[in-house]
Amino acid sequence: MAKFETHMLDELESGPWPSFVSDIKQEAANRAANPKGLDYQLPSDTLDDLLGLLELSYKEKETHWKHGGIVGVFGYGGGVIGRYCDQPEMFPGVAAFHTMRVAQPSGKYYNTAFLRELCDIWDLRGSGLTNMHGSTGDIVLLGTQTPQLEEIFWQLTHDMKNDLGGSGSNLRTPAACLGMSRCEFACYNTQDMCYQLTMDYQDELHRPAFPYKFKFKFDGCPNGCVCAMARSDFAVVGTWKDDIKIDNEIVKAYVGQAIKPNAGAHAGRDWGPFDIEKEVIERCPSQCMKWDGQKLTIKTADCVRCMHCINTMPKALHIGDERGATILLGAKAPVVDGAQLGSVLVPFISCEEPYDEIKEVIEKIWDWWMEEGKNRERVGETMKRLSFQKLLEATEIEPQPCQVKHPRTNPFIFFKESEVPGGWTRDLAAYRQRHQR
Amino acid sequence: MAGAITEEERKAVVDFLNGKSAAKSKFYFQDFLQVFPDKKPREVKKVLTALIDDGTLEYWSSGSTTMYGLKGAGKQSHAEGEE
Repeated sequence: MAKFETHMLDELESGPWPSFVSDIKQEAANRAANPKGLDYQLPSDTLDDLLGLLELSYKEKETHWKHGGIVGVFGYGGGVIGRYCDQPEMFPGVAAFHTMRVAQPSGKYYNTAFLRELCDIWDLRGSGLTNMHGSTGDIVLLGTQTPQLEEIFWQLTHDMKNDLGGSGSNLRTPAACLGMSRCEFACYNTQDMCYQLTMDYQDELHRPAFPYKFKFKFDGCPNGCVCAMARSDFAVVGTWKDDIKIDNEIVKAYVGQAIKPNAGAHAGRDWGPFDIEKEVIERCPSQCMKWDGQKLTIKTADCVRCMHCINTMPKALHIGDERGATILLGAKAPVVDGAQLGSVLVPFISCEEPYDEIKEVIEKIWDWWMEEGKNRERVGETMKRLSFQKLLEATEIEPQPCQVKHPRTNPFIFFKESEVPGGWTRDLAAYRQRHQR
Repeated sequence: MAGAITEEERKAVVDFLNGKSAAKSKFYFQDFLQVFPDKKPREVKKVLTALIDDGTLEYWSSGSTTMYGLKGAGKQSHAEGEE
């Protein structure tokens, strides 16, 4: 018998999709039965209270969670998000229901031993509810109380050799695609860069001093499997400088239907025979490709690295050999000024260990943003408010045409007096000799 | 652990917070830059981190933003019925 009636929540179980309500009910029943005989550190009816609280919020159409709080582990300013309910007498099991963010393994590779150990900790010391993964990328452990935090942190760090993730005005948990571990398109070792920068910037991850959140994400190629250029303030996206490598014999095999396009991905229905003109050449956003029936050619200078041709004919086309990454800055979700994609800051940068070139850019941006950013202002908003040119000055990067999105409509580069021979002063008399009033 | 800080630095932060305590108890990092106009943000961070580590200050976080306050000032976890 459930502790509270939850008619509105029950409706959420009736649709075709998996329901979080069913998941919570299942875990509530499991805790009530306690088949493993655990000494649960949270009240056994915590999840009943959680469902009751949510039902109340649905009825009243307002939240019963308070805003934030003072919880954390010693020395850390992030990783724990205090959650308190404003109806603690009615729902004592969720009077405190803090969230913990745990750094996900790079590329999200687990073994079952890791997952079991994590779940064992959370069964005992938390609600048993997890979110794999939060939109931040972290492993999110939902619901525990303050006395459990240090215990959980000890086990995470000492036994599991893991760490809390980022929250608040911190560097957030960096995220990478699975990169070279499985993907032939990876232009640099995303997992290694993600790991190295995570280790190097521990202070920024755990001790908040930025105006607002700051996110790194690492995509190995422009396919963008972690969507870095939309989801992170500082996106490192793999790219290459030289030509896409073409094996024209294999292109002919695709054209001759001997190899399935898109690695056979569109196998669910009959899309008709592969048509290279319609499916590749005409789809090229910069129209940089030609197919004469025998030979495919690509004008590299016009290629925008959209990856479409490579994705369609992966056996025939391959990324170039001169590999590195593009850095884009300022992506964010809408709070101020709407959502933004990242703006190209560095078109091509080397991605060799120990990644000093990339760290140099990062640190200059941080120094500038920490000084100039307003409270709760993302770096993309600072960039927009003060101008892209100021960002270029702060990072000591030369303006380049590929940073201009719309020529003639956003001329963000203005000459300074010191850059113009003779400065702003001119010989008016000489000018008037050439130009009448 | 953060490095040592001077007594003047500690006093400047504590005086700043006490001076504003009637109005509010939590402050953004940027607010402390005005306490040390000659210091770079990273130097100010070192001062605040040392004060967090010795228990003079504590973090407050909404989950998206973090603020600093004197330990015990304003709403506390014991006020939430936890301690």
